[in-house]
Amino acid sequence: MGPELRSWKEPHRLVLLAIAIGIVVFAALTMRWDWLPRYSGKLVSGVGTTLWLLFLTSILGFLLAVPLGLAQAAGPFWLSGPARAFCTVIRGTPLLLQLWLLYYGLGSLFAYWPEIRQSWAWPYLRSAWPYGVLALTMSFAGYEGEVMRGAFAGVPKGELEAARAYGMSPLTAFRRIWLPRAIHRALPTLAGETVLQLKATPLVATITVVDVYAIISRVRQDTYLTYEPLLLLALIYMMLTGVLVVAFRWLEAKVPVKSS
Amino acid sequence: MLDWISGFAAWELLALQPPGWGGVLLAGLAVSLQVAVGGYMLGFLIGICGATGKLYGGPILRDVLDVYTTLVRAVPELVLILLLYYAGTDALNQIMILIGAERTDISGLAAGIFVIGVVQGAYQTEVLRGAFKAVPYGEIEAARAYGLSPFQVLRRITLPGMLPHAVPGLSNLWLIATKDTALLAVVGVAELTLVTRQAGGSTKHYFLFFFAAGLLYLMVTLLSNVVIRRVERHARRGMPAVR
Amino acid sequence: MKNKIITTIAAFGLTLATHAASAETVRVGVAAEPYPPFTEPDASGNWTGWEIEFMNAVCAEAKLECVVTPVAWDGIIPALTSSKIDAIIGSMSITDERMKTIDFSDKYYNTPAVIATSKGSGITPDAAGLKDKILGVQVSTIHQDYMTTHFADVAAEIKEYQTQDEANQDLAAGRVDAVMADSLALDAFVKSDTCCEIVGAVEDDPAILGAGVGIGLRKGDDELREKFNTAIAAIRDNGTYEEFSKAYFDFDIYGK
Repeated sequence: MGPELRSWKEPHRLVLLAIAIGIVVFAALTMRWDWLPRYSGKLVSGVGTTLWLLFLTSILGFLLAVPLGLAQAAGPFWLSGPARAFCTVIRGTPLLLQLWLLYYGLGSLFAYWPEIRQSWAWPYLRSAWPYGVLALTMSFAGYEGEVMRGAFAGVPKGELEAARAYGMSPLTAFRRIWLPRAIHRALPTLAGETVLQLKATPLVATITVVDVYAIISRVRQDTYLTYEPLLLLALIYMMLTGVLVVAFRWLEAKVPVKSS
Repeated sequence: MLDWISGFAAWELLALQPPGWGGVLLAGLAVSLQVAVGGYMLGFLIGICGATGKLYGGPILRDVLDVYTTLVRAVPELVLILLLYYAGTDALNQIMILIGAERTDISGLAAGIFVIGVVQGAYQTEVLRGAFKAVPYGEIEAARAYGLSPFQVLRRITLPGMLPHAVPGLSNLWLIATKDTALLAVVGVAELTLVTRQAGGSTKHYFLFFFAAGLLYLMVTLLSNVVIRRVERHARRGMPAVR
Repeated sequence: MKNKIITTIAAFGLTLATHAASAETVRVGVAAEPYPPFTEPDASGNWTGWEIEFMNAVCAEAKLECVVTPVAWDGIIPALTSSKIDAIIGSMSITDERMKTIDFSDKYYNTPAVIATSKGSGITPDAAGLKDKILGVQVSTIHQDYMTTHFADVAAEIKEYQTQDEANQDLAAGRVDAVMADSLALDAFVKSDTCCEIVGAVEDDPAILGAGVGIGLRKGDDELREKFNTAIAAIRDNGTYEEFSKAYFDFDIYGK
């Protein structure tokens, strides 16, 4: 009898709902929200940056996770070793530290190479977002690579043998059977990983990428308010998480995941 | 041209005694570990209460706990840490004033433990709830039939029975706790990541110090993994092997 | 049983909260990030710098027991208003905007705001010189206000940093073309790093740049403010101020 089976119309829920509405109304009336209109445009563009970061790094991260998982599951030692080391390092250190190591650490090394400042890559290397994208992508790849390793290893041997028996070359068998089956097995974890990725995005604000978190920090500094901007920020992230969860549920309904 | 190598290899800056910053880094690591251990234990207490409440509590308690776990898991840890860091200490001071006590001075360490604990509590509630449910109800009924008190049932049957199911989730959360402490750098708690940045800022050797701190975090994770594997083997003894 | 657990948690929480602040102790907030030469941690983890010496002198004069409490700069005013700290000695300029939220003591130093760039950049410290440049500045500072007011229209981008240290670091790394900050802070930076130079002071704008640096205090904490004001005047008169400043600066930073 999970909570989702019970109706929200039960009396105690109506009371809880009333209390919740009461708190919201109380917050709306007694707290300071006059700054909201001034920042609404910036907030929208901040949410845009957050979502752009989320989708770009999730997709890139997943593309990187496939070879990482394959190398660990079936690669020779000189491939599986580095892949395992990569996943261990990424999963074993805080993302904030990785981000600062990339941005401030590498940045301080670039200063020793005047050649880099002359190169075509400099306009990218001097802005902050490539470091944010790189760190978030590697983070997603590190965690999802571990999942993909399990997914590749979990595809029943019989299916691969059957593919070979049908005369498929190893490459075709990989492309037609092994990879799709592994991705299929990893799909249920994607929703959770993407929500975790969303929750990791605000860290890029600490290296001057202007996402929604950075905009709220700006509000906090301009108005010296502590709670109101942070509460709004929490609300924004809750809504984004909610949308993601619903979207993934819809996707999963479209792609039937058999019990594998 | 090779300047940067010599810059990177300024190893003497990592010496334990000043002018080396090694001692400061280790002190930061100690703070990180204290926060992680304290927050993890607080989270475990919350988790046990939360899981029991979710499974055996009344409908109101269950809904309130649902709201707690859902909210905490839907909002980035960074935002929660900022909110709880200010709101939590504020609220405690208000309570102290209400009950007539003097305003207390909450150390960054205590606030950090509180914040990590509340966040961990939500995740541990879910892990422990799942583990509790994995204990066959018949075993509990049998224990009751033998006349064991509810507390004895918890201690002798439910806890040992659920442990193998809880250990993987709980160990994962421990690793997350050690890494989440880094976020406290943003509110100015002098844990490993913040002192690393201070060291980097003072010496201009950012790469060296971030690299060293990364190694320290990695060591914590790898050592934890060794311990976790032992605990898992211990908890799973007598259970059928799973793949 | 549940009650027992809750009591345990409460007891746990309370023992962690350190002892009730005694009446004489003043927790002085400084930015948790290095801000040389004013406040910076040394390799043994102690806080050093001109403002720490200033704090010691003022507190000794006012017979207050002051403890340094590092707080993240962007949360330092909320930390003051929510009683985590009792005073801010963090090179905080006295401005009308901040006076809406907190009080200030009298000023204890006042220096101009300047612009630093990489060596030989040819940038001048005005709107024409900063046209289409990427600028860096620390958040929640008068300099950020100044940049947004005067240079936002001409600059390619204004990057905001949590700490001055990070802004300086990005100037050295060439990620920003110019940073604006207090002349002494940037002076310390260009002396420690060969990359950059100060190109001059910006045109004054008293409404934004304020009237010098003061000790930040909670509104209504008049007793503490009076004590600090008396002490600042006293150490100016009896030569203590000059004494500890000599080691840091070769001129009087109190301003006129």
